[in-house]
Amino acid sequence: MTTLLQALILGMVAAGGLAVVLTRDPLNQSVVVSFYGILLAIMFFLFQAPDVALSQIVIGAMALPLMILLALARIRRKREPPEPK
Amino acid sequence: MALFLVSAAVFGTIYVAALASLHPMGVADAASASYGNRINAATVSERHITDAVTAVNFDFRGFDTLGEEFIMFASVIGTILLLRKHRDESEGTPRDQKAGREISPPSDAVRVISVSLAGMVVTFGIYIVTHGQVSPGGGFQGGVLLAAPPLLIYLAGEFQQFCRLAPRPLVEAGEAVGAAGYAIIGVIPLFLHAAYLYNFLPLGTPGDIFSGGTVALIDLTVGLEVAGGFIVLLLAFLEETLVRRDPA
Repeated sequence: MTTLLQALILGMVAAGGLAVVLTRDPLNQSVVVSFYGILLAIMFFLFQAPDVALSQIVIGAMALPLMILLALARIRRKREPPEPK
Repeated sequence: MALFLVSAAVFGTIYVAALASLHPMGVADAASASYGNRINAATVSERHITDAVTAVNFDFRGFDTLGEEFIMFASVIGTILLLRKHRDESEGTPRDQKAGREISPPSDAVRVISVSLAGMVVTFGIYIVTHGQVSPGGGFQGGVLLAAPPLLIYLAGEFQQFCRLAPRPLVEAGEAVGAAGYAIIGVIPLFLHAAYLYNFLPLGTPGDIFSGGTVALIDLTVGLEVAGGFIVLLLAFLEETLVRRDPA
């Protein structure tokens, strides 16, 4: 049973990595990478590493997409034309 | 597309082959058993800690973790340095807006969920930080969790509320105290003629929240440092996106 779940999650992680790469818009990508982070966390959990899984949830699923979003917001602001007076 | 299929097939073959030759789960061979069994035997009997990972991180290889913590400290400082206010930038009132159009205030559903989640996340974060020596988790994971509530409050309201909940001087002080605390806890044993980061405190009962000696204290300092560091980062980024205007 555990082996089956492990095989399943390994396949899903491989597919998730592909999905992240195939998403070309950085904004969508930050959401996809968040789901990918949760997949990785489940994988760590299934391989009996709950400590690493916890770190992965907070960093990979929360902090990393957030930092990407904030950085994107900053870049887009700069590219936009100046505000009308 | 053909290139992708070929490389996917090659990668897939190697991936499956590599996974198939993985060490069987939970079965130890001679090489891994000598290390793993020793750690597992030592955590409860010698350190009164029930989570082996925390024992390894904050005691057996505590000096490495100190270095890792200062990597985080240095990268936060570097980010703040990069995002500092430049001479030719002016600050406006912090407000969510996109050029030319106002953003509607958050809906009631978002506000209710954010505010009710904030309290729970604080409680859970404190739980994770303080129970690092008993169950999976610890200062690092709990610290990041503790950085989330101000962000939830920001989602529910305004940037000013984020600042009121987590004033920058307080958060920066928390980060600094956390980082310094770890190093200072490590120095204390030197005065007792012991090695740096030696676990000099009474170890307590295994499974108790006050077990583990210095590990529980180090957990707290790491939690403080990581929570402070992440909130400082969020503040710097949010200020950068909301407040700053490009030179007029």
